Amino acid sequence: MDQTVNKKEVQFSEAAMAEIRRYLSHYPADRQKSAILPILHIAQAEFGGWVSPEVMDKVAEILNIQPIEVYEVATFYTMFNLKPVGHHVLEVCRTGPCMLRGSDQLIEHLEHRLGCKVGETSADGHFTLKTVECLASCGTGPMLQVREQFYENLDATSADQMLEDLKASTVRKPWEENY
Amino acid sequence: MGRKLLTEHINVEGIQTFDVYRKHGGYASVEKALKTMTPEAIVEEVKASGLRGRGGAGFPTGMKWSFLAKPEGKPRYLVCNADESEPGTFKDRYLMEKLPHLLIEGMITSSFALGCRTSYIYIRGELMYVLRILEKAIAEAYANGFLGENILGSGYSLDLHVHPGGGAYICGEETALLESLEGKRGNPRNKPPFPAVWGLYGCPTVVNNVESIATVPWIVNNTAAEYAKIGVGRSTGTKLISAGGNINKPGVYEIEMGITVEEFIYSDEYCGGIWKGRDMKAVIAGGSSVPILPKDLILKTANGEDRLMTYESLSDGGFATGTMLGSGGFFVMDDQACIVRHTWTLARFYHHESCGQCSPCREGTGWMEKVLHRIEHGHGHMHDIDLLVSVAKQIEGNTICPLGDAAAWPVAAAVRHFREEFEWHVKHPEAATAPGAVFTKAESVIA
Repeated sequence: MDQTVNKKEVQFSEAAMAEIRRYLSHYPADRQKSAILPILHIAQAEFGGWVSPEVMDKVAEILNIQPIEVYEVATFYTMFNLKPVGHHVLEVCRTGPCMLRGSDQLIEHLEHRLGCKVGETSADGHFTLKTVECLASCGTGPMLQVREQFYENLDATSADQMLEDLKASTVRKPWEENY
Repeated sequence: MGRKLLTEHINVEGIQTFDVYRKHGGYASVEKALKTMTPEAIVEEVKASGLRGRGGAGFPTGMKWSFLAKPEGKPRYLVCNADESEPGTFKDRYLMEKLPHLLIEGMITSSFALGCRTSYIYIRGELMYVLRILEKAIAEAYANGFLGENILGSGYSLDLHVHPGGGAYICGEETALLESLEGKRGNPRNKPPFPAVWGLYGCPTVVNNVESIATVPWIVNNTAAEYAKIGVGRSTGTKLISAGGNINKPGVYEIEMGITVEEFIYSDEYCGGIWKGRDMKAVIAGGSSVPILPKDLILKTANGEDRLMTYESLSDGGFATGTMLGSGGFFVMDDQACIVRHTWTLARFYHHESCGQCSPCREGTGWMEKVLHRIEHGHGHMHDIDLLVSVAKQIEGNTICPLGDAAAWPVAAAVRHFREEFEWHVKHPEAATAPGAVFTKAESVIA
């Protein structure tokens, strides 16, 4: 896993840089800071699922702003992981409507299967288990999200199948071919 | 069957593509608007239609548009609020996923009406797969001459971009959304100045919900008068309702304003009744922030009239005996649902999502969550129940944005309507925390 990134190594791939340039073109020339969230999403996908201080410094360099401006944004929005995570991050919705349809039991089941608690990573490094607040899937709960994929109407059997499928899968980046 | 203005073609195979959408009458409003109407005429049509903002507040859309300042030499912006994050609400996600071109068509027609040359769709970051659907559809619209320079030879040009958020419910508040779009933390701004005067990059800006914008093409195509004929009183047109919770048929339904709540819950056309043959205990009618109502009050107003699915009927009786249509996030709790546990999860949500800018909200939401946690987990005291009401009162109205109210209302309403259930939890900690424990009226008599 690419989880130890030091400053010298922070280099976006050309494909990721093309994606960054595409976003930068959406905003007025003197308002390029607007691209900070899209770039942080790209950075997180590019560097192992989390944004290290070094990665955030690189984002600041691209946007020609102070690093603190990136830190204060990355720490405000919950989608950005500030610590290393597993290969796949399971984000289980636990808000009211999902709770009514069994998210508590789903979380318990996943903790048991992965051998780790919410907020932790499984010993094999495959999965980090997180809870999130409402993913706009209230009619199809209980559910969880893994990167850009929603898994809905889950029960123990379908959750187990999902874990198996994910274990066997490769993480791809949205700007890669055949994504 | 009610009329479907937005979702008529939603199940047509391939409707997500430009060609199929166009074959079914798509982009007709852009042609009509650009070739035969003035921007002012479109604003007047939207005003006359009575369309009210579908994001939750219900403010008249046309009136909001007419407030837009038009200073010389400054761009104007239209920003679509697609940061749908209210628990219970998932209608915008459904609409964007199934009918991306409808939103794009609405954005073009609305941008022309408002004189915008660049518009943005701010979509919550968690819906990245929907963002990809929208981007693909936008590329098709550019390729077919409906976006970009000189659209349909009319001389009007527009660029449309999708912008992902980063996972913050507060960015659904329009000024927080603008801060976020400018690349900052999503802290709401003080109002005034309102976005219509000082919005994105300090320029005049309109922020509208997805469903509101998606309704504009129908109004332009069919006239405001036709739109206003549908519905009841000041609740005109149709509304998307996202139904969830303990019902037989969760999903998104387009209803004509004015059907009864009872019909919506029990008819096979909509929710199909309560699941597992159970009885209904309570309903949250318009997203998690609106007051919860027990069965009797959601079906009938305090005067004994049938409660209707309209802004006015749902709010009849104020917060004492009524609620709000809000964003249309409608979720039903059966008689096996625990109101205390449910209220705790909502308080936890609002504590988690408070931006922390205003002390009453930052501290108060955490306080309510803690108190509810201890009641739910068998460590509550009787005076905790009044404490909850007191904290809720001190948050309400004392914050820059409505998140404070949104956090306070569900807690205050849960205590107002289900006080004995909270008392039962305090009096019977062991019984209340046992697996599957549920309060019933009979138990209150025993206690």
